[in-house]
Amino acid sequence: MALPEIAVMLGFALVYILLIPGRWRGWALLLASVIGVYALFPPLNIRWLEYSLATATLLLAVGGWWLTRAPGRAIQREDVAVFASVVLIALGMTAARQIDLSALISRPPPLLAALTGIALAVGSFGLVVWPLRKRPARLTVGLLALIALFIVLKTDALTTALASLLRAQVGQDASLASPLDVRWLGFSYVAFRLIHTLRDRQTGLLPALSLRQYLTYVVFFPAYAAGPIDRAEHHQKADEALATLNARDPQRITIALTRIGIGLFKKFVIADGLAIFSLSAVTAAQVETTAGLWLLLYAYAFRLYFDFSGYTDIAIGIGLLFGVRLPENFDRPYLRPNIAAFWQSWHKSLSDWARFYVYTPLTRSLLRRKWGGPLVFGLASLATMLMIGLWHGVTVPFFVWGVWHGLGLTIHKLWSDRTRRWYRDLQKRPGQRQLWQVGGVLLTFHFVLLGWVWFAAPDLTSALRVFGGLVGVRW
Amino acid sequence: MKGWRWLMDFPYTWGFFGRVVLKASALFLLLNLVFIVAQPLPTLSHLSVYNWLVPGRERLPYGESADAFNLTLDSVPAMLASHQLSRAKAPDEVRVLLLGDSSVWGMLLPPHDTLSGWLNRANLRAAGQPEGRRLVFYNLGYPTLSALKDLLILDGAMGHTPDLIVWVITPDSLYREHQLGVPLVQRNTETVRDLIRRYDLDESPDDPRLQSDDLFGRSLIGQRRALADLWRLQLFGIGWALTGIDQVYADYTPVSNDLPDDETWQGQPRGADLAPLLALDVLHAGQGRAGQVPILWINAPIYRADGSNSDLRYNVWYPRWTMAAARDIMAQVMREQSWHYLDAWDAIPPSAFTDSPLHLTQDGSRQFAALLHDPVLRLVRE
Repeated sequence: MALPEIAVMLGFALVYILLIPGRWRGWALLLASVIGVYALFPPLNIRWLEYSLATATLLLAVGGWWLTRAPGRAIQREDVAVFASVVLIALGMTAARQIDLSALISRPPPLLAALTGIALAVGSFGLVVWPLRKRPARLTVGLLALIALFIVLKTDALTTALASLLRAQVGQDASLASPLDVRWLGFSYVAFRLIHTLRDRQTGLLPALSLRQYLTYVVFFPAYAAGPIDRAEHHQKADEALATLNARDPQRITIALTRIGIGLFKKFVIADGLAIFSLSAVTAAQVETTAGLWLLLYAYAFRLYFDFSGYTDIAIGIGLLFGVRLPENFDRPYLRPNIAAFWQSWHKSLSDWARFYVYTPLTRSLLRRKWGGPLVFGLASLATMLMIGLWHGVTVPFFVWGVWHGLGLTIHKLWSDRTRRWYRDLQKRPGQRQLWQVGGVLLTFHFVLLGWVWFAAPDLTSALRVFGGLVGVRW
Repeated sequence: MKGWRWLMDFPYTWGFFGRVVLKASALFLLLNLVFIVAQPLPTLSHLSVYNWLVPGRERLPYGESADAFNLTLDSVPAMLASHQLSRAKAPDEVRVLLLGDSSVWGMLLPPHDTLSGWLNRANLRAAGQPEGRRLVFYNLGYPTLSALKDLLILDGAMGHTPDLIVWVITPDSLYREHQLGVPLVQRNTETVRDLIRRYDLDESPDDPRLQSDDLFGRSLIGQRRALADLWRLQLFGIGWALTGIDQVYADYTPVSNDLPDDETWQGQPRGADLAPLLALDVLHAGQGRAGQVPILWINAPIYRADGSNSDLRYNVWYPRWTMAAARDIMAQVMREQSWHYLDAWDAIPPSAFTDSPLHLTQDGSRQFAALLHDPVLRLVRE
């Protein structure tokens, strides 16, 4: 989100607070979120692609709702109205070919092409889903399709192949295809929300959601591009409370505006300032001294924190203005005394998601097989952190970053299991306990800091060069 | 969540909210008024992390490139504060300022390969003086063609006690229309107006190209860009200190050896009287501003093509007749005023130019510097 987009959201919040009656608030959030999907999308190199991907996001969400409808819940009039609104907005965006809608979208396809595309997408969805009579099979197919799409979009070689295919389709030079051609804004978050609902429907945990509630949950504009990843049942409760919400509650509005102000400062002043000299492939190669390289790495660590937590503050603040409380994502992570506590306070909504859908099921499954506790914990931690690593991109450095943290969590678990009694006794010696606490914070922070080298490096060689540089070895 | 308890646990009312908004608005208004009245930006521009927290820059900030930790800003005091010229002058130092355009600044050259870089590498000493002081050269070149822009920089740099000034000029930098045509001049309106009045320059202080700030422009919010630039300049200092990089060295198209058959210069036909078109008054102003500090004037080396139409032109900028006429005029002025002058227009071979008729290669820069050793030492010893 850039400053103009935040300003537009704040302007809309003012209208929402002052003018929109309770019963229409849910609809207002839905329509704003649907339009927001188009407005937030950056221009892409391939003709019509930003329009197509924005529309595909909405159709995926509608498909997700169709697959996860509560058993026995008939389609309501409101659901039909919501679907019609989404299609009308999608088709309405094509008017940008005739009138200036550059704030919302650039270069949409002609109306007929858009209509055909939507019809084909809905038809293909029907063709795949219809033969699958049983709900579990439909849900499994939905899950697998999402995971497959996720892998394609996160793997450079596959994304390039897809870009090449899309370029050929619209008559553009396929040899110029690059992964940047298919930057699907917010897909990582949308996919994880959809997987959460599909999986919770499989386990019967998902409440019955209307299409309006489901769509707003998946593409809620403050959290659309970069999270946090809310849970559907939590979002539903907030949605149901909108009608009776005191929109002009000074408590909520003051807290919201303070969060936004703090977020803006963190993101646009601190993080953007640190970005000027933080670690990257370019700066790592340019820097002349070992101390300088460490400085770049520290700057990178704090930039990452202030950028992401600042963004989250803004998203939470904007959500609050509209009466939707988004989950917290950060809680002073660099002050945590161990790596497990770090992951309970860094990108919490993602690590919670991973715990629900990877760590816990895997641990249960392995324990059922009577595997040993430490091994189960180690494997589950490794798999969870690998998933989180590869969620950022299917690359070797992200893979190693995942292994780095997986091993860190395993080693910490083994250590804490063996030192639990000693640590309990330490409570009686506050001075010594404080010393261990400080040592733990420093150790954890530097473990995370060195892990960021994998995160920042474009490839393994660059990362190894940085590690070499950090100990004064250059090649 | 624990981290936000300080914010969440406090009971807020509309009264509280209103008071905060009122106080914040009053504070904001007050700050804007302070800015309008006090105009603190020039003073703030002297505050710099350079030369104490990070090393001073070897040339003036120029070029919008985060990859090169550099930016173009309007504040001459801030530019000079970031330059190594602002460090304390050593007792054994003979301070030599180099003024000029991009050829002095060192387009496409790292700082140590620019004219000042090569001159400093020569480790020249004023051997004629008893203490044998070191000559330290400061690159104050700035990549736009306007002698008035050089005068503006000199005006700011005179506070740093120079002992000698080397000022590189070329007919294009003296061309009258160019004097107020560069952004740095246009955005330092008050100083430029003052220079025009003080030295009776043949420019109007009310020229519409000089940008005057209205009330809004003088406020905090009106000067947010200048403040942001000042802040970014400090942040870029860390990158500069860590890498020594201040320019992106991209591939370039070599200067054209084949030329058009057009013989006009700045729209003037062959044989036009150039004297009224050249801002010679700025040279007089420069001498006036330098006071007792001697200036060595240099007619910059130019690229001399040997391709098609090279019988008509030396390069894409200069027809042959223009350079001949301008050289005559400059030589005459220098002779009449008894100024120190070196006409180096043909001193560098064509192979030592890069992408423009003025930009030198590393070797060209070295040759140019070598050419200056004797005249500079002669002036210092005098």
